[in-house]
Amino acid sequence: MRTLREVAHSRTGDKGDTSNISVIAYDAADYPLLVRHVTAERVRAQFAGVVRGEVTRYELPRLGALNFVLEGALGGGVTRSLALDAHGKGLSSALLAMEIPEGEGAP
Amino acid sequence: MRTRAPRRVRLGTGAGYSGDRIEPAVALAERAEIDYLVFECLAERTIALAQQERRRDAARGYDPFLEARMRAVLPACRRRGIRVVTNAGAANPIAAATLVQALAHELGLAGLRVAAVLGDDVLHLVRDGGLRDANGAVFEPPRDVLSANAYLGAEGIVDALAGGADVVVTGRVADPSLFLAPLVHELGWASDDWTLLARGAIAGHLLECAGQVTGGYFADPGYKDVADLAHLGFPIGEVAEDGTTEITKLPDAGGRVTTRTCTEQLLYEMHDPAAYVTPDVVTDVTGVTMTAIGPDRVRIEGVAGHPRPAMLKVSVGYRDSYLGEGQISYAGPGAVARGRLALEVVAERLRITGVRHSELRMDLVGVNALHGDALASGHGDPYEVRARVAARCDSLSEARRIGDEVETLYTNGPAGGGGVTKAARELIAVTSAFVPRDAARASVTWMEA
Repeated sequence: MRTLREVAHSRTGDKGDTSNISVIAYDAADYPLLVRHVTAERVRAQFAGVVRGEVTRYELPRLGALNFVLEGALGGGVTRSLALDAHGKGLSSALLAMEIPEGEGAP
Repeated sequence: MRTRAPRRVRLGTGAGYSGDRIEPAVALAERAEIDYLVFECLAERTIALAQQERRRDAARGYDPFLEARMRAVLPACRRRGIRVVTNAGAANPIAAATLVQALAHELGLAGLRVAAVLGDDVLHLVRDGGLRDANGAVFEPPRDVLSANAYLGAEGIVDALAGGADVVVTGRVADPSLFLAPLVHELGWASDDWTLLARGAIAGHLLECAGQVTGGYFADPGYKDVADLAHLGFPIGEVAEDGTTEITKLPDAGGRVTTRTCTEQLLYEMHDPAAYVTPDVVTDVTGVTMTAIGPDRVRIEGVAGHPRPAMLKVSVGYRDSYLGEGQISYAGPGAVARGRLALEVVAERLRITGVRHSELRMDLVGVNALHGDALASGHGDPYEVRARVAARCDSLSEARRIGDEVETLYTNGPAGGGGVTKAARELIAVTSAFVPRDAARASVTWMEA
């Protein structure tokens, strides 16, 4: 196994109590790997205890990217959260720790 | 004034948030081939804080860095014919525009035309039942509303530019619209050409966070390296008549512009990529392609558009609660165990001394403060930790007791605790509502030259 960090990069954005996390393949050939293994269910499991609401995945094949929308992820909202990282900026780095199989997807 | 519409418009970003660095904007004003310099300075909550300031002093309530920014860039902008657009007017665009006009006199910039765009303030509608919630029902406001500002579109800024403004100062305008407005004005795009408007709005979206598209917020050593991050330059967006956009930067500025930096920024704060809503147009980026066409130059094509929404989003600021917080550090062997003991002790003392709070949060910074215990497990104990207690209270005096009870750990807690800090402050929060666009129309006010 290896981590998602080896094949993709990521950025988090915030709006109210909702966080979005992009997952972008370094190599477009790895995009099918992302689609197969970085599912909304796995992202929700990864953030159990952090995310209270729905996790939705959007696919952007032309950009080799996925976009995850995590509801109830920011402690009730950026402007009222008690959290140290109220914006959830660090969620992207946490997601890149997800494990994915070796040697699949790339040519 | 211009007599001929250029084939393409070149936009520089001068700031991506209120406290942003000033020197990259100066570099663009003095050396970049740009037609406009756009400063985005207004975060979600900022306008509520600015509204409070305006109530205390009718001449205030605009961005505190406005004067420093304009002093730094206006002479070069004037000399080189670069027009300025900024939302730094915050809760008081008139006062901000007045300041810019006075500054122009002081700097000897005769004839500089300054316009303020108003119309975003819809506070009067909150109690009249003129706002809607996300489901279309009448918006039920929080108890102590401080401000309500609609996210205006490009319209008011387009009017100001058509009237010859050299500097346009606005309050709440959607960030992409600050950039779309000069494109609409210069390229003559129709207000219902959804494809072109969407392309311009996405150009604005890519540019609105300044350094976040030129390699800022991107570096991850060994994976995503960024050259000369300390001298990070701000972006230049070149937009053609058909909306095709190229993002670049000054060649000697630090940072990088690649399809990777641009893709991260494209998806930043985006939910459904087929329906990214702005006041001017609903954009669809699912067909976007990005191509590196030169060093630090990326072309973005394939943005589609749909008709603009009937309602504008409104940001409602209100007094939420009071935040009390205290922190203390532990180091060396057993630091984590002592930090955990400290948190247990504070929780119990808050209980036995009857400190009232509606929400309590206990963190070990260095272990679990960002993402909780589940994600933190298996990483081993760090050399040092910082215990953090935060609580939501109904009064400032109650909130102060949180930090005080952390401070008592010095002589009443585990061994070796040090570096206590404590804080208590009012929490101004923001919630969203919606308003029919006809109820929040932009208007332009001109300063006396």
